[in-house]
Amino acid sequence: MELNDFISKFANLFEETDPATITADTVYSQLEEWDSVMVLLLVSMVDEEYGVIVDVEEMSETETVKDLFEYVKSLR
Amino acid sequence: MKKAYIKHMAYYLPERIMTNDDIVKVFSEKAVEKISENVGIKQRHLTAPGETASDMALKAANNLFEESGFDRGAIDFVVLCTQCADYFMPSTACVLQNRLGLRKDIGAFDIDLGCSGYVYGLAIAKGLILGGLATNVLLLTADNVTRYLHPQDKGNQTLFGDAATATIVSTEGSAEIMDFVLGTDGAGANNLIVKSGASRMPERQNDLTFDKNGSPVSSDHMYMNGAQIFVFTQRIVPKLVKDVLAKNNLNQEDIDLFVFHQANRFMLDFLRKKLGVPEDRFCIYLENVGNTASNTIPISLIEAKKENRVKGKVMLCGFGVGYSWAGVVLNVE
Repeated sequence: MELNDFISKFANLFEETDPATITADTVYSQLEEWDSVMVLLLVSMVDEEYGVIVDVEEMSETETVKDLFEYVKSLR
Repeated sequence: MKKAYIKHMAYYLPERIMTNDDIVKVFSEKAVEKISENVGIKQRHLTAPGETASDMALKAANNLFEESGFDRGAIDFVVLCTQCADYFMPSTACVLQNRLGLRKDIGAFDIDLGCSGYVYGLAIAKGLILGGLATNVLLLTADNVTRYLHPQDKGNQTLFGDAATATIVSTEGSAEIMDFVLGTDGAGANNLIVKSGASRMPERQNDLTFDKNGSPVSSDHMYMNGAQIFVFTQRIVPKLVKDVLAKNNLNQEDIDLFVFHQANRFMLDFLRKKLGVPEDRFCIYLENVGNTASNTIPISLIEAKKENRVKGKVMLCGFGVGYSWAGVVLNVE
């Protein structure tokens, strides 16, 4: 799996946020649109696209989009 | 070998209705729109102040006796599934035996389960019938979990509704109750819980905080870690379906209708796609009632029957608070 591809899939989950503003270094939980619904969208995207089920506790320890990518990668 | 069947069903929804517009008045429009779009719910029914889950169960049972013409004197066991009991003691089923004017030479007790509770109730009812302990079991489900919600909890306020249902499980009827698969994992207890008020934490805690996602967390109210529950269903439901099929010597293609606990539209769509079940074989009934805990499966069955969709092999799967899960197949005439 590739970082830029992951960032684009992640950014596509948002409706209001401009995808161009989301980068590898974005601290995603600080985004205004981030909420509990976004967590569900993320968990289902990761299952559909990468075929893995995340551990919510572990995932919540990630800060940036790159951290998140590394975490998902580690599950595969 | 004796067999057990579902004979009659009915349900009751409380009169008060809360629409998405009503919720928008309290919370910001955008947030509510986003949640309601994802969960697929437009309105939910709520109990009136002072109206309890057992008041609803009483009405559901009376609806059943009126609609079916079944003689309440023939009921020889009552099982009530609720997590909103009238009292710490006695068992609410005992109170209902009296209020419903049922015979006194019958058994009655509560089962304290939520989303999986209806399927457990069918399992118990079948056990009572096959064990020769009863002939006509009145299985009731009733929950008004909305009374446990924090007023600021926009997610759960949007999701949940109140309801009660009544089912007669009997030695004869049109839907044979086939074999069950049951499961439990208490390690997930803290992810869907009302902590204070019972024995472990008797005093109110007044400990409201907000989590990273802006949802209220309070020991005095219902707490649901939606992401954890979602991950739990991702892991457990596909396996449950597989195990129920194996237990009943069936293939997935043999199932004419899947009726899952109606948690929310997002989760149901996700599970349906993951399992590869076509839409016309998958029941969704949420829009006008919301997630009604132990009541969603029987309500969906009743509504599917009105549309003539309940025939052949029907799989029921309940999963959630506990964690607890259960599945069964109905063989419908």
